[in-house]
Amino acid sequence: MRVGLFIPCYVDQFYPNAAIATLQLLEKFGVDVVFPKKQTCCGQPMANSGFSHLTGDCDELFVENFAEFDYIVCPSGSCVLHVKDHLHSAKHPEKAKEIRTRVYELVEFLTDVLEVKELKAKFPHKVGIHQSCHGLRGLKLSQMSELVAPEFSKPEALLNMVDGLELINLTRVDECCGFGGTFCVAEEAVSSKMGKDRVADHVNNGAEYITGADLSCLMHMEGILKRQKSNVKVIHIAEILNAE
Amino acid sequence: MKETLQDHAALSDIFNQDEPRVNWHDETLWFVRTKRDRAVNTIPEWELLRETASQIKHNVLSNLSSYLEQFEANAIANGVQVHWAADAKEHNEIVHSILKKHAVNRMVKSKSMLTEECHLNDYLAENGIEVVDTDLGERIVQLADEPPSHIVLPCIHKKKEEIGDLFHIHLGTAAGEADPQVLTEAARQDLRSAFLTRRAALTGVNFAVAETGEIVVCTNEGNADMGVHLADVHIASMGIEKLIPERKHLGFFLRLLTRSATGQPITTYSSHFKKPRPGQEMHIVLVDNGRSRQLGREDFRNSLKCIRCGACMNTCPVYRRSGGHSYQYAISGPIGSILAPNLDMKKHADLPFASTLCGSCSNVCPVKIDIHDQLYKWRQVLVKEGHVSPVKAAGMRGMAWMFSFPAFFNIAGKSGRWFMKYFPFMVNNKLNPWYKEREMPAPPKESFREWYAKREKNKK
Repeated sequence: MRVGLFIPCYVDQFYPNAAIATLQLLEKFGVDVVFPKKQTCCGQPMANSGFSHLTGDCDELFVENFAEFDYIVCPSGSCVLHVKDHLHSAKHPEKAKEIRTRVYELVEFLTDVLEVKELKAKFPHKVGIHQSCHGLRGLKLSQMSELVAPEFSKPEALLNMVDGLELINLTRVDECCGFGGTFCVAEEAVSSKMGKDRVADHVNNGAEYITGADLSCLMHMEGILKRQKSNVKVIHIAEILNAE
Repeated sequence: MKETLQDHAALSDIFNQDEPRVNWHDETLWFVRTKRDRAVNTIPEWELLRETASQIKHNVLSNLSSYLEQFEANAIANGVQVHWAADAKEHNEIVHSILKKHAVNRMVKSKSMLTEECHLNDYLAENGIEVVDTDLGERIVQLADEPPSHIVLPCIHKKKEEIGDLFHIHLGTAAGEADPQVLTEAARQDLRSAFLTRRAALTGVNFAVAETGEIVVCTNEGNADMGVHLADVHIASMGIEKLIPERKHLGFFLRLLTRSATGQPITTYSSHFKKPRPGQEMHIVLVDNGRSRQLGREDFRNSLKCIRCGACMNTCPVYRRSGGHSYQYAISGPIGSILAPNLDMKKHADLPFASTLCGSCSNVCPVKIDIHDQLYKWRQVLVKEGHVSPVKAAGMRGMAWMFSFPAFFNIAGKSGRWFMKYFPFMVNNKLNPWYKEREMPAPPKESFREWYAKREKNKK
């Protein structure tokens, strides 16, 4: 199985450890992973701001980089959702369509494709899960609190396989952290307030770490925690699952 | 409604200057969301109910003209006078002409978001007609000379002490009196005299049944019934999308409406008005006001399924922390943000951007409107139509250009985290909105692609 590793631009630049953990984790499960070097961005920042008509070149590049792989795996739910929902190619429409069915967020790739049942990982800490909205309501990584439907959580299932890890309960299980792409600066006041409230829920319920499958949300909450000089840290779920 | 030049972000910034108040507002509405959750979880078939109601409305929207004609014919046969209004202006003129005919200069009105949309109270006031809003929340904002901040809970932004101050001025309650029981009783007595002396009553319409020509009005206070039963003239104003095909369909909507809105199993009063009582006149005004245009917008027509429960507002993390007035439209929150641009794109261009696209609104919607997807789609329309600041447009074009050239991306990456340069919010300075309450991520020694290149090299 050949997997193309799709590392979102800001993860590449700011959170290389999450990308390294993703790569190592996949390799532990015997997957042949390649990082296509010419990848840039999925185009989501533009599209969510109303500029989807400018993402054509990004899309073509994405198709060129990833068309050859059996699967495309990415440690970010929102980038994956964007590709799944919006990738188009004028040059290779069929390839683009196919990529949309083969792109996976890391957690769902582990639970649904690799069907991971056990892990060799240890993380003796109290951890809160942040359910990122696009992973939750777009990719359905967990059951959504608004629906009358059976509960499940793919990230929780994986974290429960980690030695020593204790999951904390949140008062609001899946409220948005307020990042929202350019929303975080365009609507600074509400965005910051949402971030502070989300962080407070984790802190008040005893989290030492906040984890999740989307670094954009974690980056937002990290910004708030650091400003508050909190000891609570954010960590991408790949780094926990890869911790020995 | 007062007009301002500030957009949603600016008004939210003002709202957030009083953080304890934001916390109170957020907690109050979140409490309503949790009540909704408890109520819907007692119905195992809840998701099927939502789907069914959504499909019924889909049928209505696909056959709207024939249902409207059927409804009109049945209403006329019941002895109701039916009027058609193309827009807000026509609606207001029709209502005015009915009141003029009866020489009425004072009217009671139960809750109607359509009349807020049409600014009916202002229009009638200019024409010498006084309107008393009889829904308690609406009465409170009317006394405060404010628009409602929420379609179901119009004065949810006000604390009981502030309502006490208002009642002290307008209704003569004791200074400092803030006991809800006492204040409600004062409003009750005041409204009672209005009910007994007004000869005309206007109501909104929650559902209009094509099969029978009747309308259904849902209230918790019984104020619609009090008004209508005591008045010589009943005017019901409704948007043309309020139709349902048959009476039997009502059961789906009544089960969904109040559970979604407040967590109650059903409204206290679900009143059916079919024909005028002897000696009474009953009018129904069918209002388009942009609805046909929205029906013609394929991506946005589903927004007309809305039954005005307000669940999307209660769950919206942005609404709860910015308040209804920051939307500057009669219908605030996520649903308002997809309805308002249809009426005036330029004026309401800020609203589809007042969201993180978290999607909670679509999940609570009892008729399954894809609200957050429509917000995304409105953004694309607004940008294409030129309703976005030139600075933002230039920045986005720069970013798109750069992302399309991998070589440049790499060089930029090596030369010290290009992100700082091209994501303008990623700079540590006081002019940067990110930095006001959040620290920047610390740039690592090497990027992932640098680490990966090294690893590849060492493998060889």
